[in-house]
Amino acid sequence: MTHTSDQVTNRIKDMDAGVLHTRELNALLKNATADGTDKVILHNVCGQRYIGTGISKPVTIEVNGTPGNDLGSFLNGPTIIVHGNAQDGCGNTMNEGEIIVHGHAGDITGLSARGGRIFIREGVGYRAGIHMKEYGDKKPVIVIGGSAQDFFGEYMAGGIMVLLGLNIQKGDKHNTRYVGTGMHGGVIYLRGKIDADQLGKEVGSAELDQDDQRILKELVEQFSAYFDLDAYRIMNHDFTKLFPLYLRPYGRLYAY
Amino acid sequence: MENLNDLQNTYGSDKVIDACSIFGMMDTSGKRFPGDDIIKAIANLHVRGNGLGGGFAVYGLYPDYAEYYALHVMFLSNEGKTETESFLKDKFHLIDASEIKTRPLPCIIDPPQVWRYFLKINKYVSGVKADDDFVVDCVMEINTRIKDTFVFSSGKNMGIFKGVGYPEEIGRYFCLEEYEGYLWMAHGRYPTNSRGWWGGAHPFNILDWTVVHNGEISSYGTNRRYLEQFGYICTMETDTEVIAYAIDLLVRKHGLPVEMVASVFAAPFWDEIERKPHAEQEILRSLRQVYGSLLLNGPFTIIIAHEGEMIGLTDRIRLRPLTAATRGKMLYLSSEEAAIRAICPELDSVWIPLGGEPIIASLDKPFKAPVSISVSSRYKRGGKPHAD
Repeated sequence: MTHTSDQVTNRIKDMDAGVLHTRELNALLKNATADGTDKVILHNVCGQRYIGTGISKPVTIEVNGTPGNDLGSFLNGPTIIVHGNAQDGCGNTMNEGEIIVHGHAGDITGLSARGGRIFIREGVGYRAGIHMKEYGDKKPVIVIGGSAQDFFGEYMAGGIMVLLGLNIQKGDKHNTRYVGTGMHGGVIYLRGKIDADQLGKEVGSAELDQDDQRILKELVEQFSAYFDLDAYRIMNHDFTKLFPLYLRPYGRLYAY
Repeated sequence: MENLNDLQNTYGSDKVIDACSIFGMMDTSGKRFPGDDIIKAIANLHVRGNGLGGGFAVYGLYPDYAEYYALHVMFLSNEGKTETESFLKDKFHLIDASEIKTRPLPCIIDPPQVWRYFLKINKYVSGVKADDDFVVDCVMEINTRIKDTFVFSSGKNMGIFKGVGYPEEIGRYFCLEEYEGYLWMAHGRYPTNSRGWWGGAHPFNILDWTVVHNGEISSYGTNRRYLEQFGYICTMETDTEVIAYAIDLLVRKHGLPVEMVASVFAAPFWDEIERKPHAEQEILRSLRQVYGSLLLNGPFTIIIAHEGEMIGLTDRIRLRPLTAATRGKMLYLSSEEAAIRAICPELDSVWIPLGGEPIIASLDKPFKAPVSISVSSRYKRGGKPHAD
């Protein structure tokens, strides 16, 4: 049964997601944040989708359990904190706000994101950051503590992705293949080793310059603060910068 | 089943495109458990299907009749039933026949009669033919020749239950809480380019082999033509059927281990093969050369089961999802983690397997979840300095 606490203490509300359907949960969530509430804590979440969509306010939504696909899709302001794992499509086309996952995330994390930041403590599935884009001051960011599966940053068109690989054993390289296939914008900062044959054809690699270092340091510090990790030790390591070689890699493919 | 094309597939298309829910759970100690949990799990994935097909497979289902072939048969008419029963009596010793118990539900519309037959091989009829081959021939003959009849389960000590509806409805309709098995699989269907019908629901089965599938086999035509050379006739107009027959061919007839079957279905790319050690290169090249026509192209996640084993596999670039988890002796495979959590909130391990990498749960071999190193434990603030 639904239980929405009537008493508002420090403008925090508790909500039992229990057996609520996706649509019911999101409607209740929207109502709950309509009155100036700062934070809603969801309990017993189990597969409900699109959590946090349609709320254009900087509220905090804490998720206890396993949220369903497309967590925070079209997110436009809220901060979502997940105590558990996220499924596929986390941060789908998000615009503003943050998603912080104390666990791993599934495939297509941050697909088509156009703003906001995603922090995943552990690893991600296939095609994280696929078709992320940026415009003007809108620059989406994805930081991943663990490792990624294949097609990391596929068709990436903008924004920043950081892959830390903190779970990789000393001396081992990243296991992800086809990194940045079709990439034509944005930048990837990768900590640790990766071979050239693991990269897409459209990707170049270089050492980080001072600007890169400054951007990366800020992101790693934010990431470390969220998960109580040691930013200095994380930064004290080799990084590689991956960038697109061409602005329009397929520009001549269909043109005469 | 006659005139299948006119009846079920008015657009004459070759296959059905699915975007479905799949779930499998196996107690690797062999302990049997009822169907309540898997019904709850597949219900959690309700939105992945559209109510046009749901089904279950259960292994360890008929321990008292374990030595007999258990046929589950759908009849759309009494004529089909009469003809089928006389056919079965001609070909086998009929040990037992009974209508499968159902519970009338308003959501289950116009169901066929579903019967169960326990059959013993009659050597005077089957002659020198291997028992399994003889049963396959009989299943193919009934499904292609006898009107209004469809054999959808033909293994020993296992059974399929399926039909048109959401899987949780089908589970309740067939009273699955009353059965027990050590391995359960379930499927919720979302057919997108042909009418859902009872036979077209998953799982698909031949003899001991069962498949549930999420995805679309774009190599269906090539696979089907290859299998026809070995006497497998595809009657369901659904791509998943080729997977069941392909496994039967590769494992039962050609004796390939399951790991090799995975390399046939989800073969590594040529450039991947070139980076492997020499001996492995030879094997992978040979498999691609000999069984190129059984490469499954297009997006898929499948769960395959046979006696004592459950296997999860996705296509090599993982275009459909699969999450694996363990708790004690239980191994779970699911389209989504939430469905596993719905029946087992506390898990020992949860992970997302790589594309093309089979996850094999077996009664014989203990399953080991991959060792995962937690980021939080390694780089904890104020923790011991890390080696790198």
